[in-house]
Amino acid sequence: MLQVQGLTKIFGGLKAVDNASLEVGEGRIVALIGPNGAGKTTLFACIAGFHPVNAGRVSFLGQDITGLPVHQIARRGMVRTFQITQPFAKLSVHETIAVGAYQRFPDRREAWAHAERVAQQVGMGAMLDQPAADLTVAGRKRLELARTLATGPKLLLLDEVMAGLNPSEIVEIVEIVRRIRASGVTVLLIEHVMQAVMSLSEHIYVLSYGRIIADGAPREVVNDPAVIEAYLGRGAAEGMAAHPGAPTQEAAHA
Amino acid sequence: MSAPTARQAWLLHGSLLAVALVFPFVFSSSFAVNFGVMALFYAFIGQSWNIAGGFAGQLSFGHVVFFGAGAYASTILQMRFGFSPWLGLPASALAGALVGWVIAFLSFRAGLKGSYFALITLAFAEVLRIVANSVEITGGGLGMLIPAKRSAANFQFPERIGFYFLILALTVASIAVAVWLKHSRFGAQLAAIRENEDAARALGIDVYTEKVKVMILSGAMCGVGGCFFAQYFLYIDPIIVFGVDKSVEMLLVSMIGGAGTVYGPLIGAVLLAGISDATRALTDVQGLSLVLYGTLLVVIIAFLPNGLIDLFQRWGRRRRHPAEKGGA
Repeated sequence: MLQVQGLTKIFGGLKAVDNASLEVGEGRIVALIGPNGAGKTTLFACIAGFHPVNAGRVSFLGQDITGLPVHQIARRGMVRTFQITQPFAKLSVHETIAVGAYQRFPDRREAWAHAERVAQQVGMGAMLDQPAADLTVAGRKRLELARTLATGPKLLLLDEVMAGLNPSEIVEIVEIVRRIRASGVTVLLIEHVMQAVMSLSEHIYVLSYGRIIADGAPREVVNDPAVIEAYLGRGAAEGMAAHPGAPTQEAAHA
Repeated sequence: MSAPTARQAWLLHGSLLAVALVFPFVFSSSFAVNFGVMALFYAFIGQSWNIAGGFAGQLSFGHVVFFGAGAYASTILQMRFGFSPWLGLPASALAGALVGWVIAFLSFRAGLKGSYFALITLAFAEVLRIVANSVEITGGGLGMLIPAKRSAANFQFPERIGFYFLILALTVASIAVAVWLKHSRFGAQLAAIRENEDAARALGIDVYTEKVKVMILSGAMCGVGGCFFAQYFLYIDPIIVFGVDKSVEMLLVSMIGGAGTVYGPLIGAVLLAGISDATRALTDVQGLSLVLYGTLLVVIIAFLPNGLIDLFQRWGRRRRHPAEKGGA
């Protein structure tokens, strides 16, 4: 569904993303992980058209979309959320989700009805009339997910929707993401909460200093020496080989 | 924020319209009717600012550029080419729309936002003022005097009440546009752009095109205001129709009444016209009304940042939910 080949993004003298390639198959949940500053959000922004790329190709549903404006990519069905939430502060929850729904249903009645359905889907059915500005962090993340979902995406790019949430809120959001996938939406997510990554994703890419250093099934990836080194530093992999068990836990919580 | 129901909204529209319709018959003095005309005139051009500045968040400091374009387009057509002044109405809408499109094209292509956009509109207004001051077809700094030939066919109603009903019709139309924006996809997209352009773009909204569209709409409305002004006062010159005063008045009536709301400009306009008439009747001090108005603006920004309409909305909420004190 999504193919990224040799994507490179340079900011001044810094290669934020260096020759990164990845692939997301239809109907899957794929995760992109990596230490802070690895370039995950930049890679997301490049895929969704927010930054022009210096090299590489992004294709979606078999068509080259490199360099297309953001709104055109979104209309083709690939829609992102933001790591730092970007609320429509003066709009209510219902109005916010309706903005997304209008992209799919030009008619007001249908758009508002669809927005209400989506709100219920993400557990915001009781908050429809609340102003977006009054929501908690968890509420804002959820609202951002909801308005994105309301556009009827084929591929959702979720940028740290669980950051800043408490454990019970994380469990809820994991459940919501599962339901979204079950409804036929493919998901690519950036996440630091390893508990969620491990339980949700079928395939993981690991980004470090702008490069994809590993990819594979979740269990394989967290035991990959290169990945452990990227998170815990040089020598950590050998130490782990000597004392199997404990450091894996540590890596899993990094 | 519990929104009023559709029935309550229609009740409000209907009763306001009824009041406006009987006003000139109840208060038929020429002073009162003139007050009505000016209040509606400010409500109309304030609404045109509000469409761009309030609904779409594209704050303009030089909205007068559309106003002047409309005023000159209709007056030049009439005076230099002998067209009926009634043709001035569509012509001025076209002129305002065209100027709106050009300014939007140039500034949004260049990515100008917020205060930069506000300043560029001011610059455009100044440029057109200087052009109007120096070319022959506009009459230069002397302006253009439209000879008085009082007849409705000549767009010069023998009685003020004719102007009153014309500007009432225009204001009703502008409020209808605002209501439509509140309830349409276009309006929802504009609200999203106003609140957060990046997020709007991420959802698939073509931010550039929507912003150009709203400037064309707002420019066309403001241009019609210019045409009305020229026909009501029968005189225009560059300072009157391209001066910064009118820009400020348009933005003030919206912000004092409540920017981004349907009735904000009307509330602000009634107040502006009222203060202006009251100070003129009671004192000889020139420009006192704007001093008072400026003071009022400071007080409102400090205590009612959403405009005077917030008072009415709070009151409405309290009536609907007597238990909750003060509202959400």
